[in-house]
Amino acid sequence: MLTVQALTRLHIFVSFDLNDGECVALQGHSGVGKSLLLRAIADLDPNEGTIKLDGILREAVPAPRWRSQVTYVAAEPGWWGDTVQEHFTEWDQAMPLVERLGLPPDCGSWNIRRLSTGEKQRLGLVRALMLRSRVLLLDEPTSALDATSTATIEAIVAERVSAGAGVIWSTHDGAQARRVASRLFVMANGGRIEEHPI
Amino acid sequence: MTYIQLTYSDLALPALLVVMNGALSLALHLKLERQLAIASARMVVQLVLVGYVLTFLFAAVSPLWTAVAAIIMVLFASRETVARQKRRLRGFWTYGLGAGCTLLAAGTVTMFSLLTQLRPEPWYHPRYALPLLGMVLGNTMTGVSLGLDVLTDGLVRERAAVEACLALGGTRYQAMLPIIRDALRSGFMPTINGMAAIGLVSLPGMMTGQILAGVEPIDAVKYQILIMFLIAGGTGLGTLAAVIGGGHLLTDHRHRLRLDRIAGDAPK
Repeated sequence: MLTVQALTRLHIFVSFDLNDGECVALQGHSGVGKSLLLRAIADLDPNEGTIKLDGILREAVPAPRWRSQVTYVAAEPGWWGDTVQEHFTEWDQAMPLVERLGLPPDCGSWNIRRLSTGEKQRLGLVRALMLRSRVLLLDEPTSALDATSTATIEAIVAERVSAGAGVIWSTHDGAQARRVASRLFVMANGGRIEEHPI
Repeated sequence: MTYIQLTYSDLALPALLVVMNGALSLALHLKLERQLAIASARMVVQLVLVGYVLTFLFAAVSPLWTAVAAIIMVLFASRETVARQKRRLRGFWTYGLGAGCTLLAAGTVTMFSLLTQLRPEPWYHPRYALPLLGMVLGNTMTGVSLGLDVLTDGLVRERAAVEACLALGGTRYQAMLPIIRDALRSGFMPTINGMAAIGLVSLPGMMTGQILAGVEPIDAVKYQILIMFLIAGGTGLGTLAAVIGGGHLLTDHRHRLRLDRIAGDAPK
């Protein structure tokens, strides 16, 4: 279980628990701080508060190990190499997910520059899913995708949730929030979150 | 060893060449005449002053005065390193990183040559220590400033890529590695290019100066080779220290990218 107590980052101040095998949707208008909150939980920005995974304090775990367990997936994932497969430690093992998301098997050799926004978003998600993290912090993971790819990603994430992963899914799509999540957090201008009925 | 001594009046005729450049600027409306005049005046005043200072230092052969001169040179080099950077670190490290790395690299390499190859008596003799330090310092400064410039620029431009690697459990050095490599390449490149072209495209100033002062060309060449090796070593050491140090300062112990430590760049 992920425990967030008095997490403070700029104007954000939140506390909540995320159970294993639970998906929580996060909503709020653009610029309210949803991405900041997810990044702070992943410890990508300086922040204060008590964050624990299974009772173990975040600061007691080396930051790289924390992030491989509590993984943030940006809406526009970044790429540091030239080709797709450079970004995967085990490209062959990613193939089932890659193909399930409608990408051809030879896309590993594609140059990153030729990828569309949607392809980048799908491959960025596959890259994160390969870590088999305990908690996924998804920042609008289907914002650039068509209905088919969106449905596939929702199904893949649902499988991970069934297998025990915790997920926070930031989305502007109310219908999607109802489909994927069992609880809904709404972030207001003051940087607090309120739980709303789903 | 004999050489043709120049008087100040001997310099009046060559100065006409600069006056010619000024006239050209006026005729073609280049608007460079004022800058040209100031730069020329500065060059003359600075060099004459340095001449008198060196004359004093060579006569004194004092470790204290030699150290003071070396520190002043390092401070000017540090100021120049910062001035050449598009993005600067905040606070103490604005000057501290450039000065520290330049001093470390140029100082180490100069000491190395004084204590092993040249061995003047005393070892800190300003006639050897200061010109060597000056030459190594100038080149190290270029490497350090180029390396830091590419590092800071790369981290700002490639923020998404660096943070993607961090978010997937990479360490700060794994995440910055492609940018660190680019920064080191940029810092080393002027020295490599300089070594490749030397003798064919240009005769280096120090070697030319020694030859004009009556030193046998082959002896001047040996000195120049020594200097080039020292410059390569100093630039390599300084650039490496500055880029690794810069990378360390622009991340923190929790392996987070800290672009807020760059002046005028405060991402959310």
